[in-house]
Amino acid sequence: MNDMADTGEQTIKKFLYVNRKAPYGTIYALESLEVVLIGAAFEQDVSLAFLDDGVFQLMKGQDTADIGVKNFSPTYRALGDFEVTKLFVEKESLEERGLSEDDLMEITYEDEDDDWEEKPSIHLVNRSELAAVMAEQDVILSF
Amino acid sequence: MSILHTVNKSPFEKQSLSSCVAHASHGDAVLMIEDAVYGAVSGTAAAAQLEENKNISIYALGPDLNARGLGEAKLAEGVNVVDYNGFVELAVEHDKTQSWL
Repeated sequence: MNDMADTGEQTIKKFLYVNRKAPYGTIYALESLEVVLIGAAFEQDVSLAFLDDGVFQLMKGQDTADIGVKNFSPTYRALGDFEVTKLFVEKESLEERGLSEDDLMEITYEDEDDDWEEKPSIHLVNRSELAAVMAEQDVILSF
Repeated sequence: MSILHTVNKSPFEKQSLSSCVAHASHGDAVLMIEDAVYGAVSGTAAAAQLEENKNISIYALGPDLNARGLGEAKLAEGVNVVDYNGFVELAVEHDKTQSWL
């Protein structure tokens, strides 16, 4: 990080945000999303992981009108505009919870290196693949 | 002397729902609220435990299901959805309430 301050040149690091909590019951999911959005300003190589109860954050059809809490789920679909385009969702976590990819929101981004083609941001990975994603990071932030 | 048991933790993160069901007696009701409503989704270990216990009535709070994107189609058999008024009625119908935090 000192390199950045000293030279003014960009040092790009790989950041992984690990999401393991369901939304609404606790504040972790919303806090994570806020930190991701703030962090996006630093133009790092950002990935998000959703495992354990974190997969519930991406459920489609969330409607919080009757619990008096802001529905922040549409924000995940805006992540592509902040160049946050890699969302890794653990397959085993979905299955243990009676869910499949069809239960998740459709989240896409426009690839500037490929004529702005719309591509999916969500990548379903198994446990060992997610472990490999974790292993290749420089910084991991846990929520 | 029947009890309304309320549970508010995800069954995938805490043992509260499992312990609650294991301690509920004939005629008791279990109401899943907040993150506990994930326990109402069919095809999970948590739902299987609910389904095999025929002595107790199982409820889930509708507003918490809706907030989490869980429609009726995803719910396990035998789960009754109630609104806030239904929550109050359950509290009135039973002699006491026990919160499994």
